[in-house]
Amino acid sequence: MTLTAVRPKAGGTRERRAPRRRWRYAGTVAVFLLPSLIPLTLYTLIPMVASFWTSLHEWDLITEMRWVGLGNYLELLGDAGTRAAFLHTLYFIAGYLPLVYLGGLGLALLLNRAMPGRGLLRGVYFLPVITSWVVVALMWKWLLNPASGVVNWALGLFGVSGPGWWTDPDWAMPSIIFASAWKDLGFVMIILLAGLQAIPKEFQEAAMVDGATAFRRFRHITLPLLSPSSFFVVVISLINGFQVFDQVKIMTGGGPGGATQVVVSQIYDLTFRYGRAGAASALSWLLFALVLLVTIVQIRGQKRWVTYG
Amino acid sequence: MGKAIRYLLVGLGAVVMLFPFAWAVITSITPSDAVLAVPPDFTPDDASLDAYGKLLDTLPFWRIVANSAWIGAASTTLQLVTSAMAAYAFARLPFPGRGALFSVYLATLMMPLPVLVVPLFIEMRTFNLVDTYFALLAPTIASAFGVFLLRQAINQVPREFDEAAVLDGAGHFRIFLYVVLPLIRPALATFAIFGFMASWNSYLWPLIIIKSPEFMTLPLGLATLHGQFTTEWDVVMAGSVISVVPILILYVFAQKHVIASVAQSGLK
Repeated sequence: MTLTAVRPKAGGTRERRAPRRRWRYAGTVAVFLLPSLIPLTLYTLIPMVASFWTSLHEWDLITEMRWVGLGNYLELLGDAGTRAAFLHTLYFIAGYLPLVYLGGLGLALLLNRAMPGRGLLRGVYFLPVITSWVVVALMWKWLLNPASGVVNWALGLFGVSGPGWWTDPDWAMPSIIFASAWKDLGFVMIILLAGLQAIPKEFQEAAMVDGATAFRRFRHITLPLLSPSSFFVVVISLINGFQVFDQVKIMTGGGPGGATQVVVSQIYDLTFRYGRAGAASALSWLLFALVLLVTIVQIRGQKRWVTYG
Repeated sequence: MGKAIRYLLVGLGAVVMLFPFAWAVITSITPSDAVLAVPPDFTPDDASLDAYGKLLDTLPFWRIVANSAWIGAASTTLQLVTSAMAAYAFARLPFPGRGALFSVYLATLMMPLPVLVVPLFIEMRTFNLVDTYFALLAPTIASAFGVFLLRQAINQVPREFDEAAVLDGAGHFRIFLYVVLPLIRPALATFAIFGFMASWNSYLWPLIIIKSPEFMTLPLGLATLHGQFTTEWDVVMAGSVISVVPILILYVFAQKHVIASVAQSGLK
């Protein structure tokens, strides 16, 4: 009896206290969340929405926006310049990815065994990774200078007359690919080296006892167990590869004769050179859709070749 | 594979990695009239620092170096603070709609910078912020990548630690500061390294938003220099050398940690 008499009273105080505590809790959540949520909203979420809105308009950044619906997208899909920009970007990736992956894998395998000076070598190979793209592009532009560059001079010593590199439409993209692979080799090497060192030594030893050759051990033990690291490298390289810009802007500016105009340079030029912010926004969404699609396909397809220990 | 061949290959690789840097230094101290000489002179007798003088006359280069340094430090610090706090909320403070909000963070992670630069530029122009430090810094205050990375780390901190602190009468702020943060120090360091490198190397956004030399950061300053001295490679290389030296010094001290951080990012 006494209990039932007390209950409403206690319930009353609880009801009065609970909202206050709930407000205090909400305040705590807000204090933790808002410092990142506010800037994220202002500088990422709103621009995202604005970008999509802009892509539905014709806009020169100065005069009034004019609604064109999906006009920009339709125009871009049939436009030769867009097609060329995507093709050049794919050309870049097709050259860069195998070069940087095989080079990085080779270095990682070489450095996987203990040897004096290994730490130092790792540091040296990683040096270009921490160097800014602009510096790397300038250094390579100078090395690959057609008339007075060191590379063509060295080729000359072997009786080879070097090409015009970034001044030659056929050699401009390879020049960018070489410089890019040189810069990122160390990154790929470090990721793969970490993957190699995570492979238990017992596997190799057991295979050796069974008389497996070095090649078969590599093919059937190392490569499959390294596949999660390889997968990471490929996904990251593709995402970055589709957005290639800095090195192109510095080394060729998209030239000569548009031979190295990639998608992001096209977005930049559409906005700031041709005053077509709407088309530029539409192109950036097409790029995003492509990157997203490629990434999803890779994640779906990873079951086929990625082995998780 | 023979030991000798292995050494030969890694040695050759090291030369390929180091030579461009060495050549940049040599070019920068070669007198202007000898820079374009063929064959190249690897040991210029009359080395001079003229190129460095010319560089400092053209652009306020020390100020540009200082800009890069403080913008890098500020953006890294801001990102660390905002990301760690949001990560704590996502890992430890349940609230309605938390999962959905976290998905929004993840979605922005996939947004490539090119999608954002045009409207960001317009936004900054609307508020008269073009060509200011603020515009340079603003897009880097929050980092969805940081929130993601640090949330993973906080999730690995055993909840018993929080509960013990609650019994001692600690609130969320004390738990965050004195329990969680010290335990996720390695993740904080990893994120700090990535954040600083991203800011230090950033080129596309400064190129769009900064016009005056006094607000430039190094990549933009160098690109501008290259535009002005297209054929004067000694000056361009002098600028490259100056911009590599500070990060190189930092790298020599933090090398082990930098490499360990990158290696770890691939193991997840």
